[in-house]
Order: sequence, then C-alpha cells, then structure tokens
Amino acid sequence: MVVNLFWFFIFPGLLFMTVAGGLLSWFDRKITARVQFRKGPPLLQPFYDFFKLLLVKETILPKHGSAFVFLLAPLLSLFGATMAGLFILLPLFNIETGFRGDIIVIFYLLTLPSFSYIIGALASGNPLAAVGASREMKLIISYELTFLLLVAAVIMKSGQQFDLNSIITAQQSHSPFIGSISGVLLFIAGIFCIQAKLALVPFDMPEAEAELASGIYIEYSGPPYAMIRLTKQIMLFILPALIVALLMNGMNPGINIVWLILKILGIVLLLTLIRNTNPRVKIKQASRFFLVWMNLLVVIAIVLIAFGL
Amino acid sequence: MGFKDYCFRKSLWVFHFGGASCNNCDIEILDCLTPRHDLERFGILLVGSIRHADVLLVNGSINMRDKDRLLELYHQAPKPLLVVAIGACGCTGGIFAEGMTFAGPVDKIIPVDAYIPGCPPKPEAIIAGIVKLAGKK
Repeated sequence: MVVNLFWFFIFPGLLFMTVAGGLLSWFDRKITARVQFRKGPPLLQPFYDFFKLLLVKETILPKHGSAFVFLLAPLLSLFGATMAGLFILLPLFNIETGFRGDIIVIFYLLTLPSFSYIIGALASGNPLAAVGASREMKLIISYELTFLLLVAAVIMKSGQQFDLNSIITAQQSHSPFIGSISGVLLFIAGIFCIQAKLALVPFDMPEAEAELASGIYIEYSGPPYAMIRLTKQIMLFILPALIVALLMNGMNPGINIVWLILKILGIVLLLTLIRNTNPRVKIKQASRFFLVWMNLLVVIAIVLIAFGL
Repeated sequence: MGFKDYCFRKSLWVFHFGGASCNNCDIEILDCLTPRHDLERFGILLVGSIRHADVLLVNGSINMRDKDRLLELYHQAPKPLLVVAIGACGCTGGIFAEGMTFAGPVDKIIPVDAYIPGCPPKPEAIIAGIVKLAGKK
C-alpha cells in the first residue's frame, strides 16, 4: 500500500512526471524560439507559470454553467494522465508491476484527459468552448482508431503479448521493432497520433488561438488552469515514453538511462519541428488524414507483420 | 519579494485590448514579441483569453463604446491584474482628448499600474516599461 502510494505520488508518479514534463515543456518552447531565431524562455519558466497559476491567481467560476463539473474536469484529467503515466513508466524503468492486458488499460486512461477537457468545456457554458469541445470530439474519433490499430500491430509483432513489460522484453531479447519496415511505418503513424493527442499545431483545432481564443480552456483561470497545463506537460512526457516502450526498445538496465533520455528528447524534438513547420489543418482534413491515410499506413504495417517483415 | 510574488513577476501573460487605435501602437506591441526584441525571455506571453491574463495592455483612445468593453474585460479578469496604458492616447488622450466621443484616458476608467508614453512608443520603451513593472514593489 505504502509502496503503491510512493509510486503514484513520488517516483514514477506525480512529482517525477511534473518535473520531467516541465523540463520537456521548456525544451519544446526553447526549440520553438530557436526555430524562430528568438532567445527563448529561461529553464524554470514552466514552473514559474505553474506556481503563478496555482498560488497567485483567483479562480473564476462560470455564471451559466455547472461549477462542480467545471472544477472536477481538471482533476479527472490530471488523474488520468498520472495513472496512465504510472502504467507506462513502471515497465519502462524495469519495475515489474504490469499485469496481463495493461496496454488496454493504458489506451483507455490516455483518452481520459481529452474526455475531461470536453466535459469541462461543455460545463463552462461558453459558446467558443463548446465549438472547441465539438472539434476535440471529432479529433478523438479520427485518431483513436489509428492508435488502437497501432497498439494491435505492436501486440501482433511481439507475439501476442498483452502487457507492456513483455513487449519491452521481447524487443530487448531480439531487436527493437523500429528496426524493421513495419516498425518504421508504425513509428510514423504513432508520431502523428501523439501530435493529435497533444493537440499540437497541425491538429490544434480544439484550442485554436487565432479564432477560438484558446477554445476548450477559455473559461479556466487560476488553479484549475494550472492543473490543465500540468496535465498537458505530463502528456508531453508520457506519450513519447509510450512510443519508446512500444517501438524503441524501452530501457536496458544501468547507464542506458542516457539512451532513454535521448530517445524521448529526440521524439519531442520531432514533434516540435512538425509543430513549427506546419499550418493548422481544417477538422475535415484532419479526419481524412487519420481515417484514410494513417489507417492505411498501419494496415500495411499489419500485413507486413503477418509476413514477418 | 516572496516566492508567490517572484513567480508572478517572472510569468506575466499579456492580454491586448486595442481601443479606437490608429494601429501604430499595435504594430509596435507585436514588434516586441518578434525575434528581434523577444519578450518571451522574460516569460511574457500573449494570451487569447482574458481569463488567463495577468497584464491588460490598453492602447488607443477610449471612446464611449470602448469604455463599456474595457470595464467588462477588467471585471472578467482574474485578480491580481496589472493594467498598462500604452501610447499618448492611452495615457492622456493625445490629439483625441477634445473629441466629442472621447470617454477619458484609461486611468479615469480603471486603475493603471504603468504608463508607456510615445506616439507610438518604441519597442525598447515598451520593454523598459514592462521590466520596470515586473520589478515593481
């Protein structure tokens, strides 16, 4: 019991993910600044933002809306992200706690933040938030099937292993999945899926700064908004970690933790570069991109896996 | 300066309200965020929603229609909120001070924490004003 609480709150849990996610968020902003030939924010900037929102600013509740659901949604999203992160990071750090089928649990927990954003946005009663929420719904419908097919392909490739720990072990005993043609296809699809899950720029219609003025988060202020930003930072850390666990060999014990950090930094760098070099697409284009092209890519990968490539 | 205050000063998020402006001040404000002057190194971001704002930038002369919007925005913002009046029109009314639709400079409507005069102020002047604001108290 105590060990479980320690895991949830301290080491691979909330505190560790907050620090790691904050540093990754700084990395993301710094790279963005360097791409635009700017100097960029200082190292501790995400933590200043977080503590400012948490400790200084006041919370404003919407007048026409459900205050309880409005305040519950950020907590629910933070819980979903932390719990999913726990199930991803424990096998990644070779702490044997997984159970058979935990990858399905991870898949469901990873959708929890998006669903709570929708619930919170609809509870606020703001029309712009409602538009953002409906866009987020369409985005979820688009990318979830691709993500599920990707998970299914990885399960198939690892020889019907349904837990993350066995998937990592299967890669470590042979070779990482990304070293094959099907693995490369899955990696491409996975990068675009997490781009959409994080709502980064080609797929940032839910929060569209330009026309919706931060869309689904428009009514949040103070501590609830701090929770939402924390969730987004944690997601920026655990989704690349999930890709590393599924396709890129996880972590061998010992000094190889440097490799793990480099892999995660590399994936975040890729996400940031995609974000900085692309315009926002329309929701219809995003749906078509995932439902036709990315699904096709993953289905081709599954066929290749069936032939052992 | 306590920990809370320090975090607040290090991460000022700016919401930009343009009154009946001639757009010169708006262009100079955008200049501050572009690569040459880069205000993000002080932690300053331009946000789209007033609920996320720490600083309300007001420029342009405030006429009778803008007055209601400005008051509404001020009451919608989460406190603590800093208000900055930019440009001659925002600070004093400038050449519009005698106009018949003019509803008073910004500090007659809401309390103002910093004035950045100029027509338009240079980006350097805006940065100097913001840095002084961040070091205030």
